[in-house]
Amino acid sequence: MDLRALESLPSDVERVAIDAVLGPEPAVPSASWSSAQGRRHLLLPALHAAQARVGFVSPGALGYICQRLEVAPAEGFGVASFYALFALGVRPPVALHVCDDIACKAAGVDHLIDGLTREVSASAEHAWHRSPCLGLCEQAPAALYTRAGDPPVERGLGRLTLERAIAALRTGPIAVEPAPALPQRGESGLRLLVRVGHVDPSSLDDYRAHGGYRALRRALEIGPAGVLRELADSGLLGRGGALFPTGRKWEAVARATTRPRYVVCNADESEPGTFKDRVLMEQDPYALVEAMTIAGVTVGAERGFIYLRAEYPLAAERLTHAVAQARLRGLLGDDVLGRGARFEIEIRRGAGAYVCGEETALLASIEGHRGEPRSKPPFPVEVGLFGKPTVINNVETLCNVPFIVEHGASAYRSVGTAGSPGTRLFCVSGRVEQPGVYELAMGVTLGELIARAGGVIGGGAPAAVLLGGAAGSFVGKASLDLRLSFEDTKRQGVTLGSGVVLVLDDSVPLEPILARIAAFFRDESCGQCVPCRVGTVRQEELITRLAKRQPAGSLAGELGLLRELGQVMRDASICGLGQTASSAIESAVERLGAFREGEP
Amino acid sequence: MTVRLPLAPARALELSIDGRTVSVPEGASLLDACRQLGIDVPTLCHAPNLTPVNVCRVCVVEVEGARTLVPSCSRRAEAGMVVKTDSERVRLARRLVMELLASSVDLSTAPEASSFVERFGARPDRFGPPAPAAERGERERRQPGHHAAPRPGAAETVAQPVKLDNPLFVRDLGKCMLCYKCVEACGADAQNTFAIAVAGRGFDARISTELDVPLPDSACVFCGNCIGVCPTGALMFQSEHQLRAAGQWDEAQQSQTDTVCSYCGVGCVITLHAQGGRIVKATSPHDSEVTGGHLCIKGRFGWGFVRSRD
Amino acid sequence: MIVLWGSNARDTHPIFFHHVLAAIHRGAKLYVVDPRRTASARWADGHLPLQVGTDITLANAVARVIVEEGLVNQTFVRRATAGFDAFAEHLAGFTLERAERETGVPAQLIVDLARDYARADRAQLCWTLGITEHHNAVDNVFALINLALLTGHVGRPGSGLNPLRGQNNVQGGGDMGALPHKLAGFQDVEDDAVRAKFERAWSCTIPPKKGWHLTQMFEAMERGELHCLYVLGENPAQSEADSQRATRLLSGLEFIVAQDIFLTKTAQLADVVLPATAAWCEAEGTVTNSERRVQRVRRAVAPPAGARDDVEILCELARRMGRDLGNPTAEQIWDEVRALSPMHAGMSYRRLEELGGIQWPCPDEGHPGESFLHGRLWEEPVRGPRAPFTVVAPAPPVDVLSDEFPLRLTTGRRLDSYNTGVQSGAMASPRRQGETIDLHPDDARRLGVAAGEAVRVRSRRGSVVAPVRIDGGLQPGLVFMTFHFPDQVDTNTLTIDATDPKSGTAEFKAAAVCIERV
Repeated sequence: MDLRALESLPSDVERVAIDAVLGPEPAVPSASWSSAQGRRHLLLPALHAAQARVGFVSPGALGYICQRLEVAPAEGFGVASFYALFALGVRPPVALHVCDDIACKAAGVDHLIDGLTREVSASAEHAWHRSPCLGLCEQAPAALYTRAGDPPVERGLGRLTLERAIAALRTGPIAVEPAPALPQRGESGLRLLVRVGHVDPSSLDDYRAHGGYRALRRALEIGPAGVLRELADSGLLGRGGALFPTGRKWEAVARATTRPRYVVCNADESEPGTFKDRVLMEQDPYALVEAMTIAGVTVGAERGFIYLRAEYPLAAERLTHAVAQARLRGLLGDDVLGRGARFEIEIRRGAGAYVCGEETALLASIEGHRGEPRSKPPFPVEVGLFGKPTVINNVETLCNVPFIVEHGASAYRSVGTAGSPGTRLFCVSGRVEQPGVYELAMGVTLGELIARAGGVIGGGAPAAVLLGGAAGSFVGKASLDLRLSFEDTKRQGVTLGSGVVLVLDDSVPLEPILARIAAFFRDESCGQCVPCRVGTVRQEELITRLAKRQPAGSLAGELGLLRELGQVMRDASICGLGQTASSAIESAVERLGAFREGEP
Repeated sequence: MTVRLPLAPARALELSIDGRTVSVPEGASLLDACRQLGIDVPTLCHAPNLTPVNVCRVCVVEVEGARTLVPSCSRRAEAGMVVKTDSERVRLARRLVMELLASSVDLSTAPEASSFVERFGARPDRFGPPAPAAERGERERRQPGHHAAPRPGAAETVAQPVKLDNPLFVRDLGKCMLCYKCVEACGADAQNTFAIAVAGRGFDARISTELDVPLPDSACVFCGNCIGVCPTGALMFQSEHQLRAAGQWDEAQQSQTDTVCSYCGVGCVITLHAQGGRIVKATSPHDSEVTGGHLCIKGRFGWGFVRSRD
Repeated sequence: MIVLWGSNARDTHPIFFHHVLAAIHRGAKLYVVDPRRTASARWADGHLPLQVGTDITLANAVARVIVEEGLVNQTFVRRATAGFDAFAEHLAGFTLERAERETGVPAQLIVDLARDYARADRAQLCWTLGITEHHNAVDNVFALINLALLTGHVGRPGSGLNPLRGQNNVQGGGDMGALPHKLAGFQDVEDDAVRAKFERAWSCTIPPKKGWHLTQMFEAMERGELHCLYVLGENPAQSEADSQRATRLLSGLEFIVAQDIFLTKTAQLADVVLPATAAWCEAEGTVTNSERRVQRVRRAVAPPAGARDDVEILCELARRMGRDLGNPTAEQIWDEVRALSPMHAGMSYRRLEELGGIQWPCPDEGHPGESFLHGRLWEEPVRGPRAPFTVVAPAPPVDVLSDEFPLRLTTGRRLDSYNTGVQSGAMASPRRQGETIDLHPDDARRLGVAAGEAVRVRSRRGSVVAPVRIDGGLQPGLVFMTFHFPDQVDTNTLTIDATDPKSGTAEFKAAAVCIERV
C-alpha cells in the first residue's frame, strides 16, 4: 500500500515497547493489501503498549505503529481517538480514573470529586479524570489507577476515600488488592460461583482439584454432536441481554461451510452497575478458559479471543496467567488434552468504549477498526471476526457451559423456570447492606434478592430499583414481587439485561442519576448513526432543562419530545446502545413520575 | 473498464412492499426493490458507487416481525418479507432524523437534505436555538468519552470555522452530516489513499486527517473524489466556494457537459460544469464504466489551463 | 492476477489503477516489474526491481521457469501458436542464476511471478513506457507477448496484453490513421485496394508510399531532406529526447506551422501559429481510450476569441489551397470514418451516446463492441494465422555506464503533472515540488549531497541543475527525473535519442549521468 507515513518519530522507549508487541522491524517491508489486513488486529495492543510506557500515545508512537502495521495514519488516528483511555496529547504518567457513574453516585462519589477538584491541582506527575462505571460497583466509590512505565502499574481501587485517592495520586496505591465481595462464599448449590472464594485463581492444579477440566474431557468424549445436543436441551439463553439460545448459535457455526472459525468471549462488561463477569474472571479464570476450549473443539474453531475491558487489570493478569498455564500443560495449543484438537486463546483489551460490548463493534475493535457496530444481518455466526463464522458469547454464558456438559441438560434444568432454566448472576449494588454478586435460581423475586443482600441500608425501603443497567429500566417498590426470569420480566416490559439490580432509597435523588445516564449515552455513542449521535445529545439537553425546571414550552410538550426522541433512537439506531439509550429515563418518567415533582 | 465475467443468473424472490408484490433478484436491497416499484425512499448516505454504510437512517422502512426499523439501503430483500415504507413509525423516524440533522448541521448547501426537512415536516427548532459555534480546534481537542456538559437552553451543533488549507478545495465541517461517503471514496471503495477517516466519538466524531494535520501535510493526493460524493457542500471546490462567497454562484445559469478528460489514455468521462462560459467545476457520472464516478487530480482540477489562455 | 511491467499506473493512470485496486480487494494478486519501488509497486504482492533495460532477460527467465516446471498451456500453444520449439530452445540460456545476476531480481521472485502468472485463472499483462521507451522497445514487447502465448493468457475475458496509453487520444490518433503507414482503421497505405477505396471517397490521389515517423523526420531534418513542418498539438521542442538537438534541428527548418492551444516552445519557433480550440471541451468529436473505447467529447465552453476548431482550420487551409471541403460537422466527419473504416462502422453518434462509448471493432450497428481482442485464438481450429513466438535477445541500453557517467537516469511522470506541463501547470497542486533529481539514500550519502541541495546532472549530451530529492524506493545507482518542468529544468537535455528502429521511440528510460555538486 502506498501510504504516507507520519513524520514524527517514536522515542527509543516507545519503539522498544511497541516492538515488544509487534516483533522487531523486518528489513524488507511486506506491504501487500492482504498482509496488511492480516496484522491490523495488533493495532490496539500496540497502542496500549505505547500508552502504558509513557502515559499517552505520542505522534511518533502513532506514526511508528501505523508504519509497522501498514495502517494509514488517518485510520490509526481514527481508531486511537475513538477510545476514552487513549490520550493523544501529552499526559502525566500517573492517572486516577474516578468513577462518577450511577452506583458510585449512589455511594456519594460527588463529594469525593468535589474534594479532588479542590485539593488536587494540575501537575506534570499526575492527573485525575472522571470515568464511567468501572465495574467495581460492590466496592463503590471506585477508581482505576494507572502509572505508565516499565513495568506499568494498573489497579482498581475500591471503597475509595478522598484521602486514599490523593495518596494514590501522590505516592501510588497501597499494595492491597480490592477485597472481593463474595457474600455467598460457602453456600451450597452454586454453579457459576461454586469455586469462587475457594479456589486459588493462579493455580491450575487447584482448579483441577476443584473439578476443573472434567467438562472438557467429557466434551471430547461425547464429541461436538453430543455437546451441541446437551446445550440445545439445556435451553441456555445468552446472558448478554439478547437471550439468544446458545446451542443454536454454536450449531450454526459448527455447521458453517467456511473456515477458519472463531470463538470470541465478550468480556467487555461495561454496562453501568455490572461486575459479575469481573468476579468470575478474577476468581475463577480457568473456568472461562475451559469453557472457551469446549466451544472451540465443539464448533471447529482453532483460535479464540477474549475481549476484555481495559478497566479490569486484575482479570487481565489472571486470565493471561491462566491461558499461559493451560498452554504449558497441553490444555491449549496444537493438541488439546492429547486428542488432536487445536485451540489457542488470545486476550485483547478494550480501551474505554462501552459500545464495544455490542458484538459487532467488539469484533471491529479486535480487528483494529473503530468500535463501530454494523447492521445485522448478517449475524456473526455467518460473518463474524475477520469476516468468518464466529461464536461470540458473554463470560457468564460461557461459564454455564462446563456445568451443562459435565452434568447434562436435565441436571441443568433442575433449577430455574421453564422459560429460564438454570441460575443467574445478579449484580446487586447501591443502597443495600451487602452489595455483591449473587447466584440465584431464575425466578427469584426482586424482594427476595434484595433481602438476600441484607436489605436496604438502615432497614428502609427501596425507592427505585434499576434493573438491567443504564440500558435497562427503573421499577418502583410496587415491583418487589416481580419474579426475575426472562419471561416474567418481559411480561412487565422490563429487562434483566446484564443482571444489574441497583437499589436506590430516598437518600439518593433520582434526577441526577437520570442526568448521569443521559450523559453516559451521549459520551458512549460511537457517533455513527444520526438517531443516536444527535439523539443522545438532544436527550441530555432535554433532561437538563427538565431537571432545572426550565422546559422549552410546556412540560407536556417536553415529555412528548422526550418520547419521540426515545422512539426514533429505539426504532432507527444501528445498535443496542442507541436503541436502549432512552429506556431507563423513559421508565423513570413513566413509572416513578420523574421531573413532575413541583408541577401542579 | 471492469471486466464483466459471466455470472450465474441470480434467482428471483418475491416480497410485499406497501401491499404490492415485487420480484427482485437475490442479493437486491430493499431499496432496490422499492425503487423497482417506483416508491421514493429518501436516502442521504447511500451512493450507488459506494458500499452502503447505513448511518443516516433516513431510508428506514418497517419490516413485519422486525423489532426495529431496518435500513433499506443495506438490508437484503428476503422472500416473503412484508415491508411498509410509509407507516406511522417510519414517518416519525424520518421526521425525527431530519430534525436531529437539521438542528445540528448547516444544510444550506445540501439541497436534497433540505428538501427532506420540508417533505417530512421536520421542525428542527423544537430543540431550541443553536448553541454558539465551536472555536477553531475546539472540537478536535475533545477527549472521547469525556463529558461536555450541555449549554443551558441551546442545541449543540457542529458549527465551526471553515478549513482553508489548500488551493483546490475547502472543508466546511459545520456542514458535515457524517455520512462517511468521503471516507469511503478516499478509502477502499475508490481511491485507496486513506487520507481521511472518522476520528473522535459520538457527537464529536468528525472527518479528520491524522492528528488533524492540514491536507497538504497528510496523505491526500487531491483527487477530489471526496468532493465528488459529498452531499452537503461540506467539501467544495475552491472555485465554487469563491463564487459563492462573492454571491456569484448561480446553478440556474450553469450547463453540464459530458466529455473525456484531456490527460492520460484511460478515457475518464468528465462532466464539466460551466457558468458564464467558464468551467467552474468537474465531476464524473457515477454510472460511467470507466470512472465509476471517480477522477484523479488532473481530471478533477486540471482544467484551469482552458481559462488561463484568455 | 495483474502484472504491471514497466508501468507506475498508480500515478500515471490513476483511474485504471482504481480497477486494479478493486481487483486486489477481491483477492487478485498484483506483480509489479519496475526498477523503482513506485506507488504501484507498494501495492504489489511481488515487486521485481530489475536493472533498467534488462526486461528481456527477465521475461525470458520467467518463460524458462514456466517451461521447465511444466506450466505451459500445451493445448493453447499447440492450437494457436507457432514457433514454440525454437523459442523453447532459445530459453535454455536464461537460467535463474544468469537472470538474477543480470537483472538484479532475486531468483525466488522470478519463480513466484512465473508460477503465479502461469497458474492464474485469468491474468493481465500491462505495460507502459518502461517497456517502450527503449532502443529495443519492440523486442521488449515481443518478450512479454511470448509469456502470454506460453500460458494462454490472451484472447479471453480477464486475460490479455494491455499496453496502457499515456495520452487521451494517442489510440484514437492511430485509429484515424495518424501513422506514417496507415490510413483510418489501421488500413495499410501501401495496399492498393485500400488506397483505391479512400481515393474514391476523397476524389484524390494518395501517395502510395508510407511516410516518416517523428524520429525519421528529425533524421531527415539532419540530412537536410525535410524543410517544412506542420505541427498539430505537439511540443517536440521539449518532449523529444536530446532536446538541444531537437531545438537545433527545428530552428534550422525553412518553415514551421504550429497549430496548438498554447504558445508552446515549438510554437515559439514557428513561422505561423494557428490558435486552436481545446478539443476535449471546446469542440465536438470522439477520442479513443486505452481499451479501444471510442467516446464522445463535447463542447462545454466557447473557445477564446480567435481560436478555431482544428477541423475548421484544416478546411479553411484546404480552401486556400484550392479544395473546398465544405464546413462539415464533427458527426459528418465521423460518418465518413465509419464508411471507410470497417472497425468503426457500427459506431453511430446515437449509439456512442446511448452506450457511453463502444470498444472497437464494431462492424455494424447491431454489434456491442469487443471487450477483448484475439478471441479467435481460442477457436478450434484457430481462425486466421497462428500467433508466433518471437525469439528475442537482450540488448543493454545504448548509453553505457562508465566511470565518468556511473549513474543510470530513468525518467517518468508524477501523479499531479503531465508531460511537459503545458496543461497541468495551470493547476496549483499542493503536492507538486517542481523538478528534482531523485537519489537513493546511499548514493546521496556517497556523493555527500542532501535533500533540497541543487546539483548538476550531466550526461554525454548536456547538463542541468536540479535540487536533490531522496527516495528510498530507488536502487543504489539509479536516479530519476520527470520531464514536467522543462522551463525550469530541461530533463531531455540529458536523455539519449537512440531509437527503436521499428517503433521510432527513443530511449528516454536509460541515460548515463553523473552528479556534481555546484
